[in-house]
Amino acid sequence: MSTTTTPRAVNRREFLKLTGLAGGGLALAFQIRPARGGSAPAGGDFRPNAFVRVAPSGAVTIVSKQPEMGQGVKTSLPMIIAEQLEVPWSSVNIEQGDFDEKLYGGQSAGGSRSTPNNYDQFHLLGATVRTMLVEAAARTWKVPASECRAVDGTVVHGSGKKLGYGALAATAATLEVPAKEAVRLKEPKDFKLLGRRIAQVDTPRIVTGQPLFGLDLQLPGMRHAVYEKCPAFGGKVVSANLDFVKTLPGVKDAFILEGNGKVKELNPGIAIIADSTWAAFSARRQLKVTWDEGKVAEESWDKFVAEARAKAASPGQRTLRRDGEVEQALASAAKKVSAEYLYPFISHANLEPQNTTAHFRDGRLEVWSPTQVPAAGVGMVTRVLNIPADKITVHLTRAGGGFGRRIGADYLVEAAAIAQRVPAPVKLTWSREDDLRHDQYRPGGLHFLQGGLDAQGRVTAWKNHFFTFGEGGQPGSGGSLSPDEFPGRWIPNFLAEQTMFDTGWPMGPWRAPGSCVFSWVFHSFIDELAHAAGRDPLAFRLELLGTRDEMPAGGGGGGKGKQGGGYSVARMRNILKFTAEKAGWGKKKFARGSGAGIAFHFSHQGYFAQVAEVTVSKEGQLRVDRFVTGGDVGRQIVNLSGAENQVEGSVVDGLGALLTQELNIERGRVVQGNFHEYPLIRITEAPARIETHFLSTDHPTTGIGEPAIPPVAPAVCNAIFAATGNRVRQMPLSRVDLRWT
Amino acid sequence: MKYTLTVNGASRIVDVAPDTPLLWVLRDHLELTGTKFGCGIGQCGACTVHLSGVPARACMTPVSTVGRMKVTTIEGLAPAPGKLHPLQQAWTELDVAQCGYCQPGQLMTAAALLRDNPKPTDEDIDGAMAGNLCRCGTYTRIRQGIKRAAELTAGGKGVAQ
Repeated sequence: MSTTTTPRAVNRREFLKLTGLAGGGLALAFQIRPARGGSAPAGGDFRPNAFVRVAPSGAVTIVSKQPEMGQGVKTSLPMIIAEQLEVPWSSVNIEQGDFDEKLYGGQSAGGSRSTPNNYDQFHLLGATVRTMLVEAAARTWKVPASECRAVDGTVVHGSGKKLGYGALAATAATLEVPAKEAVRLKEPKDFKLLGRRIAQVDTPRIVTGQPLFGLDLQLPGMRHAVYEKCPAFGGKVVSANLDFVKTLPGVKDAFILEGNGKVKELNPGIAIIADSTWAAFSARRQLKVTWDEGKVAEESWDKFVAEARAKAASPGQRTLRRDGEVEQALASAAKKVSAEYLYPFISHANLEPQNTTAHFRDGRLEVWSPTQVPAAGVGMVTRVLNIPADKITVHLTRAGGGFGRRIGADYLVEAAAIAQRVPAPVKLTWSREDDLRHDQYRPGGLHFLQGGLDAQGRVTAWKNHFFTFGEGGQPGSGGSLSPDEFPGRWIPNFLAEQTMFDTGWPMGPWRAPGSCVFSWVFHSFIDELAHAAGRDPLAFRLELLGTRDEMPAGGGGGGKGKQGGGYSVARMRNILKFTAEKAGWGKKKFARGSGAGIAFHFSHQGYFAQVAEVTVSKEGQLRVDRFVTGGDVGRQIVNLSGAENQVEGSVVDGLGALLTQELNIERGRVVQGNFHEYPLIRITEAPARIETHFLSTDHPTTGIGEPAIPPVAPAVCNAIFAATGNRVRQMPLSRVDLRWT
Repeated sequence: MKYTLTVNGASRIVDVAPDTPLLWVLRDHLELTGTKFGCGIGQCGACTVHLSGVPARACMTPVSTVGRMKVTTIEGLAPAPGKLHPLQQAWTELDVAQCGYCQPGQLMTAAALLRDNPKPTDEDIDGAMAGNLCRCGTYTRIRQGIKRAAELTAGGKGVAQ
């Protein structure tokens, strides 16, 4: 059975709300109803909308509009359409759509929003096409549509008559697209595809090495570019030995670009154009440049850390949240705990270095780019290079990792600016050193915390002086602490203050921006308080969450905050208990040197709790023996394999950032250049076991690319404390002595 | 300079500078882009190929040093057209990849491991695969994938013929 009797129409207000998020103000995310189903279809295809084509052969093509960077949307979102279309997954072909938000609606991949922004519409879209095919069969057989139903790419009638979708395509193409009130959605109980484990659609090409990624693009007559920027952020070119570089083998041209004065847009630099990547790389080694480094060269991480420590006890520049009387509560606390937490700047380090291929001719720009937000690239090119948006075509290539880095469009605008000077298609390839030294970084920070407990071991006071980094007077992405961030609102006497260092350093969103570091600091400190109170860390957290089911946003002295706003305490309590149960919390006996830690976090509309079990050798070597995640992302897991893979990757990513990742920024430049200096987590450090459990709840389905990371680091650090008595207050762990006796 | 290379069983002639890394010969001149550029200094393993059966970093291998060694890339890992190597089959079954960028290098390293050690333990796997970074963190699936491929090679349960 495929069709059902109860329409689960998308509530219009909810629909508009969702699409408003998706399309950046567009009234409708995409056109479900063109004027007529199949206006002059090419080759007799049935094309009821921009997303679905049914060929007379029965072949079904679904267009994936979202950028794919390993988060799996090229598989999971078309699965939703295929489910409602009632077509076997094996017969579906998925095509990557170009950038065209007028046709497809929003095409940004970030903030774990691809699923929530498209989920309901994609159900409706698939069901609409199915309804038309059923109607086409009914007309063919001259029977009521109610006597027909769709099954596995065919329509069958009660009499036993049966026609494939291909045979119905021509008739369906003549039908009006029905209004959504006339479309019946399949109910979850009838789902055949959603919730199953489905391999990514690009798997055959990935495992055989077929071209897929931005860097894999080859075009006839294509040239290869490298772009040398000032090691100090935003520095300008004074002079360069361009005449010499132009004489080097394979070099076609070399020139200076001025840049537009913005460190996250078009930086000044020198482009070298050659007939191969290696010729360009080789010529670059002989490039000599005199730079004007500017004021940024006076800024170093160590200086900021020293300044923060000197100012820690003074009032902050801004009060983010003030509830009750924190000083009084601390003074009268039965127990007081103080701690400094520190984390450095880190890089995204996508394994595929930044790149874009661009071709500029006759005033038009064609671009092939691994981007998360093509609209940002088009906007930047329009603004910086004066190429009108309607003269720009963007093809979305698969991206070798995103993690938020490719929300930035700096590399895309560089390629476009270079292409304006090259009479051929040109591929810009960043080296690993370019990538590490010209990222848009996750900002570092320091927190000076004081907590107070009463005689019963309850938290009565929480004070935090938070030091963050800003650009242009605002904290960088992920450097902004919401007044509503947990445990703000939960503790009666609460003060969060901020002091910001304004820098010329580029910062940008790093997977679960802010949440990753704040969850680490706050859940580590909550653990300190739990141990100071002599309480079990799980029981202590449940008591802290309290008995109310919802925590409204806002309140306090700092105004409304978006992180953590509208927090369902009930969902968090449930997922925390669920995860503890799955992990067997409190039931295991650990030998000294081994132990378990727990943490939870709400971000990106997802509720996650995690338990780490670790062993630390006497020499201080850490091993994560087992890592258990419980996640609540609403009613429906779309692709179970993809969802589990995202969580497993989040666990490894969160652990990797904790273990070794650290950039030194000295004199306005990043010291580390490649993976020998900036080590990423390897298979030898990956947890021995990762277990992932989802709890289905009666809430809208939301995304899973980010919310599983934030509790990873605190769960591991809390387990290290349980195992050794060593409290980790600094990232990365490679700087912390974990030895015990 | 002209070099005659044997790549995936075929003889290929390229005209490049002697210091050109095999990586860029494959990618730019032979249009075999399955071998990936990740770091250029042999740290990430995304460019792993086999030179006469031995895993090597193509980014650190000047074309002038390849000589008569047989180059096998990810495009040549499968035993025959239309067939998959057991590792490729296992990777598909277990949906190992996320972004997929590192996976050609992972597969090439794993293929050499399995050839030398048909039933590797977790420890063997970690030891052999430690040079291949996966930024997406698919390591636990890589372990499972190698074990599944070992099973497939041994003709174990669920082996497709």
